[in-house]
Amino acid sequence: MNGVHDMGGMDGFGKVEVEKNEPPFHAPWEGRVLAMARAMGYAGAWHIDDSRYAQETLPPQTYLAVSYYQRWELAAEKNLLSRGYVTEEELKAGHAIEPTKPLPRKLTKEIVDAGLTRMSFFRQSQGPARFKPGDRVRTRNINPLGHTRLPRYARDKVGTVELIHGCHAYPDSVASGRGDDPQWLYTVVFDGREIWGPDADPTLTISIDAFEPYLEPA
Amino acid sequence: MSDHDHSHDHGSELSEQQLRVRALETILVEKGYVDPQALDAIVEAYETKIGPRNGALIVAKAWADPAFKQALLKDATAAVATLGHVSPVGDHLVAVENTPRRHNMIVCTLCSCYPWEVLGLPPVWYKSAPYRSRAVKDPRGVLADFGVALPKETEIRVWDSTAETRFLVLPMRPAGTDGWTEEGLADLVTRDSMIGTGLVRTPAEIAT
Repeated sequence: MNGVHDMGGMDGFGKVEVEKNEPPFHAPWEGRVLAMARAMGYAGAWHIDDSRYAQETLPPQTYLAVSYYQRWELAAEKNLLSRGYVTEEELKAGHAIEPTKPLPRKLTKEIVDAGLTRMSFFRQSQGPARFKPGDRVRTRNINPLGHTRLPRYARDKVGTVELIHGCHAYPDSVASGRGDDPQWLYTVVFDGREIWGPDADPTLTISIDAFEPYLEPA
Repeated sequence: MSDHDHSHDHGSELSEQQLRVRALETILVEKGYVDPQALDAIVEAYETKIGPRNGALIVAKAWADPAFKQALLKDATAAVATLGHVSPVGDHLVAVENTPRRHNMIVCTLCSCYPWEVLGLPPVWYKSAPYRSRAVKDPRGVLADFGVALPKETEIRVWDSTAETRFLVLPMRPAGTDGWTEEGLADLVTRDSMIGTGLVRTPAEIAT
């Protein structure tokens, strides 16, 4: 979706403000939100792209106004509610009321270290890769209402395939509940002027990681 | 936030958030979805174990050991897996090398993708709108915000982390460090130098 989360190239957000000696969490609740999200992800309640899509579909004024971990928390509530793990009544009451909906597994203290290693996103390929390093490609001009990982600034642009990362779960499919639909993944590099026009910094190149359906031969 | 219309004053906002999160945790624990001790362990891991020192040790090893550097640039996941003291990484780590000709910078314009296992949790600025919006369009301006000025002929390569691939910048080894131990070299490696928004420390900066 063309949401406010797709920020690459937007102007007006100001300087990057760096906090000296920043702690991992600024309040205890932030750590709890992160931990709950990781635990529910491990349990198989939803996929990482479901978390991203839940954030992207927050009202834009909310997305921009709340803090990072507030966004995580709101996204977790959305996924808990929409998938029937928790009800509105339970959130209001602050206690469990309805029966538990079974989950595939549970993250326990003993397996936290293993559970914190990122899951693999490699999937069995459904066919040979269409492109190889060095190929010229054009990104498609797509504007889906659902989740996509092709940023707006990099649509309908000509670049060069640089790396091939194997076959991965396809976020556009995963986040719409249509399963992994495995796709080849490439790093595609663009000249800065292809993206931003002739006034761009001539020393700039930008790459994205692009799933094969985002690309066509140039 | 959607429930801010009934918050009364700014001072109560944080505690309201704390209460909201505590209520959520209570529900998830009561329903058996999460184990509170596991949550404690996750928080503790990110507060004490999983931080940029992991990445700094990888960079130092690459500086000290040409065979490891070659392996790291070829397949960072496999190379890092050979280091017992660094936490395991997922399958999709890619190391990108800074050279006198090219400077690499990492961003996630769409959300906050970041190599947690080797750098810890991303800082607030990395997840913020100013960084996410400008890094791909005006990286030199972003570098100026960090007090970094590169030669104007240096190529700048911005890697937008739009999939599950995670990127680690391998910064250039500073002069005057011949014969240093990997531990000593790691002290020169800052978090920001592995994101590409900063440079490594010099031996002179360490000495002061």
